[in-house]
Amino acid sequence: MRRDPGSDGAERVSTPLLEVQGLRKAYPGVVANDDVSFSARRGEVHALLGENGAGKSTLVKTVYGLLRPDDGRMKLDGQVYAPGSPHDARQAGVAMVFQHFSLFEALDVAENVALGMEVPPPMRELATRIRDVSETYGLPLDPNRVVGTLSAGERQRVEIIRCLLQEPQVLIMDEPTSVLTPQEVAILFETLKRLRTEGKLILYISHKLEEIRALCDWATILRHGKVTGSCDPRQKSARELAETMVGSELALPAARTQDPGKVALSIAGLTAVSGAAFGTELKDIFLEVRRGEILGIGGVAGNGQDELLAVLSGESRSAPDSILLGDLPIGSFGPNERRALGVLAAPEERLGHATAPDMNLIENAALSGRRRMRMVSRGFVNWGKARAHAEHVIEQFDVRVPGAGSVARSLSGGNLQKFVIGREILQQPDVLVVNQPTWGLDAAAAAAIRQSLLDLASQGAAVIVISQDLDELMEISTRFSALNEGRLSKPRDTAELTLEEIGLMLGGAHDLEIGQGSSRPDRAAEPGETVP
Amino acid sequence: MIRLERRPAPSRAWAWATPLLAVLATMVAGGLLFAFLGKDPLLVIRTIFWDPILGEFAFYYRGQLLVKAGPLILIAIGLSLGFRAGVWNIGAEGQYIMGAICGAAVGLAFYPLDARWLIFPMMVLAGGLGGCLWAMIPGILRTRFNTNEILVSLLLVYVAEQILAWMALGPLRSPDGAGFPGSRNLRHYDAAANHELIAGSGMHWGVVAAFIAVILGHVLLSRHILGFNIRLAGASPRAARFAGVNPGFLVLTCLGVSGALAGFAGFFEVAGPAGQINIDFNVGYGFTAIIVAFLGRLHPVGILLAGFLMALTYIGGEAAQATLGVPAAAIQAFQGMLLFFLLALDVTTNYRVRIDVRARA
Repeated sequence: MRRDPGSDGAERVSTPLLEVQGLRKAYPGVVANDDVSFSARRGEVHALLGENGAGKSTLVKTVYGLLRPDDGRMKLDGQVYAPGSPHDARQAGVAMVFQHFSLFEALDVAENVALGMEVPPPMRELATRIRDVSETYGLPLDPNRVVGTLSAGERQRVEIIRCLLQEPQVLIMDEPTSVLTPQEVAILFETLKRLRTEGKLILYISHKLEEIRALCDWATILRHGKVTGSCDPRQKSARELAETMVGSELALPAARTQDPGKVALSIAGLTAVSGAAFGTELKDIFLEVRRGEILGIGGVAGNGQDELLAVLSGESRSAPDSILLGDLPIGSFGPNERRALGVLAAPEERLGHATAPDMNLIENAALSGRRRMRMVSRGFVNWGKARAHAEHVIEQFDVRVPGAGSVARSLSGGNLQKFVIGREILQQPDVLVVNQPTWGLDAAAAAAIRQSLLDLASQGAAVIVISQDLDELMEISTRFSALNEGRLSKPRDTAELTLEEIGLMLGGAHDLEIGQGSSRPDRAAEPGETVP
Repeated sequence: MIRLERRPAPSRAWAWATPLLAVLATMVAGGLLFAFLGKDPLLVIRTIFWDPILGEFAFYYRGQLLVKAGPLILIAIGLSLGFRAGVWNIGAEGQYIMGAICGAAVGLAFYPLDARWLIFPMMVLAGGLGGCLWAMIPGILRTRFNTNEILVSLLLVYVAEQILAWMALGPLRSPDGAGFPGSRNLRHYDAAANHELIAGSGMHWGVVAAFIAVILGHVLLSRHILGFNIRLAGASPRAARFAGVNPGFLVLTCLGVSGALAGFAGFFEVAGPAGQINIDFNVGYGFTAIIVAFLGRLHPVGILLAGFLMALTYIGGEAAQATLGVPAAAIQAFQGMLLFFLLALDVTTNYRVRIDVRARA
């Protein structure tokens, strides 16, 4: 006999809408789901909790028909449910909002929704329906807005409304709040609560434990592909949840260091046009970071984060004296000249920017460590040193891989991020710039990375953390600044700020700026025009 | 339903198995082609792949093997560096021609001075320089004006062919040639000739250069920071910029090196097996080397083996033309098939083919 899916199920009386029994899915070398069973009722927000690689994504992809299980079965509303494709799943009333949106920026909201439909109604009717749904569920959205002009939160609303138009019974949400401001999160939660009262089931994947405690009625916890527990998250503390998830005691970051030292790096009045299409121009940036402090730079992605990192890493050059390292002008220096001077960086995109996906970890260690770790002599690479560096990172940062010879893209997001951050930290930087250091990481990995950043600062390095995760910035940064549409706000001591104030600085400012006319014009993007 | 599923890591086994499978698939498809032409497919395949090495007249063909493989390998090694970095030099044929013209011109300028220690090395350098400069044209145009190096390098082949014809009919035409096109025969000018080093083996300085290129190419790619940068830029351009690689420098280096190697190949050919600058000097080594580079997995050792295989199809193809009356175009189609099948089968390196037996609901 199989294990009873919900051991505490007796307390939950009504019949389950979705039942999953003994689900198994194996990939070469790893069992992503192993005998996974759970059940979820109507009118429930059901959290799926787990570390990276715990098997949450595999599980919901199976439910959504993107993957077929090797073994096990599912029931939807008492009927056998075995979707062969997302199409089957949608027919059966299962919809999913992905972490990454699939929207066309140059089309408007209604057109994007129509593209996802099999038999779209006439545009005018569709626009009316979108307006109806958006009003019913408290998701403000104008069907005629061009998607390119929408914020991340508004884009997510397009995806949600697209799902809701199918009138699903089950709505799957994969990390929905990772790109949202606190205000947008509040709106989303209201919508989800309204859906719950209508008797819909919401499968909710998130790493943010506080969120799950605030929103979810029930949680199924996964570890290494197996269900390790289920509980009512409102009855547990975030710490208890995290420990069930991780299976070990959480290392909470230690207290931040006091008394920042001398200014290590400063930017004065830098303006830089982005090299990328759809990039954001940096406008008149002033920035100072001191030894021993962490400068947190908040902001929703796409507001100049990538550009700021490129300017600091040396991938984008600028006027020599626009960036000063101490008194030394380094604006015109390339990445390796800056590395030699102790200015290191870890970009956001782990695969394809911070690492070359098809190269192994030894080669990827040489990617950024060649200069500072003296891996090259007379033009020849000392692969022994590169391997030693890679193995040192793997060991010190608990990167779980078969060995340093594994290619980067075979690592899970969390493990690769630990490698990327560790690769820079173990080069003992004087200034370290990181962009989204814990994006998409589980609690344990994120805590480990934050701790290592704090340690680095306490050893006297200047650290700049660019992040969308405000809780993270509140936790680790000494001073806080916000990047919005390429402008950097004046930094303030983090201790003085509340989360709400920061939220207004970042996201609220978007809506406020519409009235000023220039920044977010409500019109179609013309060809060749850059949409922010 | 047949699906392709991305592998978590590229398969090493498939990376090396696909060239072999591609050769087999080419034999099958080529056999069909020859059968439609009314030839006995088995006999043609045997004539191409077996007779040149182990047949009755193998003693003649074996020497030809090195003669043909030498330039193919030398050019392909250069091309592979660029291909690895995402720099697509398709015009090696033109660089080969320009190398031959420059090398030969230097030698002919000294005629009939007898100072091999001076003249031959100068010719080698001139050959390499000619190919290198010709390849720098697409390089500079790309780095300066962002033009497409594929188109520019390819079109420069036809320009080079026109220059070749002009040289053969004009400036380099032999004064003792009774008005016929073509330069003096360098093989008859000892100070400039690229003779066989061991009689009957086909081994000449160009083949030596090819072997050296294989070794240096291997060392460059596996040990040198430039080789690492080349691989990095090809694998992930954005990561390469993060690593501090200057893309423009890499474009010029790759085009320069591949052009120089093609130029060397052209010079060794004109001073050795071909003997003279003439209208029909180039026979497509520069293009075939592209196939060789990919067939050899852009890996120096692979290219060495692939070079011999392609040389075999050249020699065997000529034998099949001569003895069985197979049209020359059929042989070229046969070589083209090899690249076609290789690229098609390459999918298996990064993807797993899944066949679903389950009936669609």
